[in-house]
Amino acid sequence: MTILWLPFVLILVILVGLALIRLYLGPTAGDRAVAVDTVNTLVVAIMILLGVYFQEVIYIDVAIVFALLSFVSTLFIAKYLGGEL
Amino acid sequence: MIAEVIVYLFLGIGTAFNALGIAGLLRFPDMYTRMHATTKMTTFGTMFTALAVVIYAIVMYLAGDGVIFPGLAIHTLIAAFALAFTNAVGSHALARAAHKSGIKPSPAVVDRLEEAGL
Repeated sequence: MTILWLPFVLILVILVGLALIRLYLGPTAGDRAVAVDTVNTLVVAIMILLGVYFQEVIYIDVAIVFALLSFVSTLFIAKYLGGEL
Repeated sequence: MIAEVIVYLFLGIGTAFNALGIAGLLRFPDMYTRMHATTKMTTFGTMFTALAVVIYAIVMYLAGDGVIFPGLAIHTLIAAFALAFTNAVGSHALARAAHKSGIKPSPAVVDRLEEAGL
């Protein structure tokens, strides 16, 4: 069974580029934080697809660590926006 | 044959929902509606993408070629679970912080959270 993984990776990379438009335009800091959160989620999906395309489990381990660390960064951005830091 | 169709179907569902989330991020009027679109849509889409990878790994393992596929399936499931929990908690913290920093929903008339004084 051969699946064409790369077209889906390409579509997700284009979606990351579209999210970067909101990161550039966003009128408030909250909009930019939401855009960064979206990009983090999409990068996890891209890493999973690339891991199964290259048949390397280590890419998916990197995706797990990236998901947890981006969660920590989102919490710190939220604390800074709320004025608690 | 049927497994290929299922994997392509799940990949298509995941990519389509990610695209809908990005469309909401670009088109919605204020921060809370943008967060409403992107958090739910990208979590759902990425979980369906991970589910497609898990089904592919299980089918390839049952077909008997490759020893890495059980590890691939388990690690992808762990990534999907981590993403499901962290996205929900992170978006909640972000919305609360944005409300505290004074960002209002764009046509807002009533603000019960500010009236409650929390």
